[in-house]
Amino acid sequence: MSDTALIPQPREISTEPRRSDKVFRGVVTGGGLTSLLILGLITLFLGYRGFEVLQEEGISFITSAEWSISTDDAGNVLESNFGLSAMLVGTILSSLVAVVIAVPISVFSALFLNFYAPGWLKRILVTIIDMMAAFPSILFGIWGFLVLMPSVEYWAKLINKYLGWIPLFEVEPYFFTRSPFVAGVVLAIMIIPIITSVSREIFAQAPLDRIQAAFALGATRWAMIKAVVIPHGRSGVIGGAMLGLGRAMGETVAVYTVLNIVFQINWHILLGAGGNVASLIILKFGEASDYEIKALMAAGLVLFLLTLVVNALANLIVKSTGKSGR
Amino acid sequence: MTITVVPKKPWAKSPGDRVRDIAFVLISIMSSYVVVAATPMKGKLAYAVVLFVTYALVTGIFSFITRGAPAAKDSVVKTLVAIGAVLTVVPIASILFTVIKNGLPGMHKGLITTDMSLAAPTDPIIIGGVLHAITGTITLVVLALIMSVPIGILTALYLTEIQGKFSGPIRFLVQAMSGVPSIVAGLFILSSILYPITKSYSALMGALALTILMIPTVARTSEEVLLLIPNDLREAGTALGGTQWRTVAMIVLPAARSGLMTAVILGIARIAGETAPLLLLTGGGDKVNLNPTSGPVGSLPYYIWKSFNAGSPEAITRAWNGLLVLMILVLILFVTARALSSRKISK
Repeated sequence: MSDTALIPQPREISTEPRRSDKVFRGVVTGGGLTSLLILGLITLFLGYRGFEVLQEEGISFITSAEWSISTDDAGNVLESNFGLSAMLVGTILSSLVAVVIAVPISVFSALFLNFYAPGWLKRILVTIIDMMAAFPSILFGIWGFLVLMPSVEYWAKLINKYLGWIPLFEVEPYFFTRSPFVAGVVLAIMIIPIITSVSREIFAQAPLDRIQAAFALGATRWAMIKAVVIPHGRSGVIGGAMLGLGRAMGETVAVYTVLNIVFQINWHILLGAGGNVASLIILKFGEASDYEIKALMAAGLVLFLLTLVVNALANLIVKSTGKSGR
Repeated sequence: MTITVVPKKPWAKSPGDRVRDIAFVLISIMSSYVVVAATPMKGKLAYAVVLFVTYALVTGIFSFITRGAPAAKDSVVKTLVAIGAVLTVVPIASILFTVIKNGLPGMHKGLITTDMSLAAPTDPIIIGGVLHAITGTITLVVLALIMSVPIGILTALYLTEIQGKFSGPIRFLVQAMSGVPSIVAGLFILSSILYPITKSYSALMGALALTILMIPTVARTSEEVLLLIPNDLREAGTALGGTQWRTVAMIVLPAARSGLMTAVILGIARIAGETAPLLLLTGGGDKVNLNPTSGPVGSLPYYIWKSFNAGSPEAITRAWNGLLVLMILVLILFVTARALSSRKISK
């Protein structure tokens, strides 16, 4: 026996992944990048289809309020005016109303769930609120139109009666049905579950040692919340509110059902005339000509970019809170 | 003789405290009636407002007398916070109640065995049914599942297993994608596939739009589930000589099985009631259409939408009934997801 046979050759060590792993990593990375691909394609295609209209209308696509098209019998476009400003104002107005109503309610109920409710009640309520987030929007729309709207109109009349001197609450002519306020209330009910669960998670991350320290110093529950929980969770709640705002801006069916769409800029939230970019698309899609479809694509692009920016900001804010444990 | 020591609970409410609490509630209820009767205010709103204000006042004053100003603030806030929770739950209770109340009368035996091909939305509800809508919704959901689940789970695997240099941007993009309005997803499919390529309504077009909406839900929930899988399992797989591919396929994914099911079911619940893209893409036929690649196909949201817009009392009954069917579907999915997730990765 020679010595060389006893000493095995050293195995070559390498960090090079095997072929199966390379394939696996490639497939998974490809899957992971689809979200980028899809978002890119959405921008590309809507922009490509809407380009003609955007070029034709220029800046007045955002600033003008008129939406009209006239064609001759052969279907050739004689004259067209596409402006989104009334719809954009309406979108912002109704989603702001929604956020203003939903944020206090959501923050209070998140505080209740985290710091006041007994364990069994908390479990039940969290299930119910999560379930509400899964309800389809058409349910909120029809319920809002048939059940909620009479009450909301009554509230709107009360607000107008006592606060009508504020320009925002003016109603002229006296017409309350299907106003941005009604749409805002329905949207508020839709986004309360979202804001509640974001706030609840943020509040639950409040450092326990400081909570206990506050109690040890003799703080009441409210004093503890004011001193520890709210400073910790403030920006997280803002992020949650913006997530809700993004959802409210993009809502289609529920708003279309309860809102009276008028192509005129209206800042009076109680007056029964408003707009919403998403509802405009549903409203006009049915009888739209080829050229008008292009305008609708451009409107979709504007809506997409708007919600993308709002959502991106919201996520940045929520994420930065998670890390900074104040 | 043994003596059992019962621990004292100084924080627990004594019978006296309970009587006092009930008395406060009674006082507020009575005073709300008195105030509403005595002043020009009227209606349910007035009762509710006065009730809460007086309850906050009564408990606040009591705390102020017994324990001073900070305690008074605390008790007022407690009332406020409870109102917040009540206001969150009231709409959902109202929705459930009205849908069941208005939807139940429309339930009849033929509902799930006939379609609307021989009936108009304005006919009495006993004629026709939702068979075409249910088969349509199932077709749409199954197609969307086939496309979105692999992509969603691959995205989650990229974020948890590979953690490559795109992790941050991809996590961000997935969250941004969850905010894409459903109508925009519909317009995208319309502009990129329906107009240039197929030029006709079909279930596949609707399912593609639903896929875009479903991917973020599946990806985010799966990511959370995969993060809960203990690293020991992955290390054990590697220690046994498994490649990363074998570790993920044979160990990580099976361990996360029920959690991934939850992710899929939550995704289905997200898209089952989605209406806007279907209005643009599926055409909403009244006949049962089992061919996913051609011809208009009905669906529950489309059926509800069509009935609601027909406007007559019979049609509205039909819409409520459709809503009830849809709500039952979503509730079943949601409860299943809950049941699965409560025992996710217990071992």
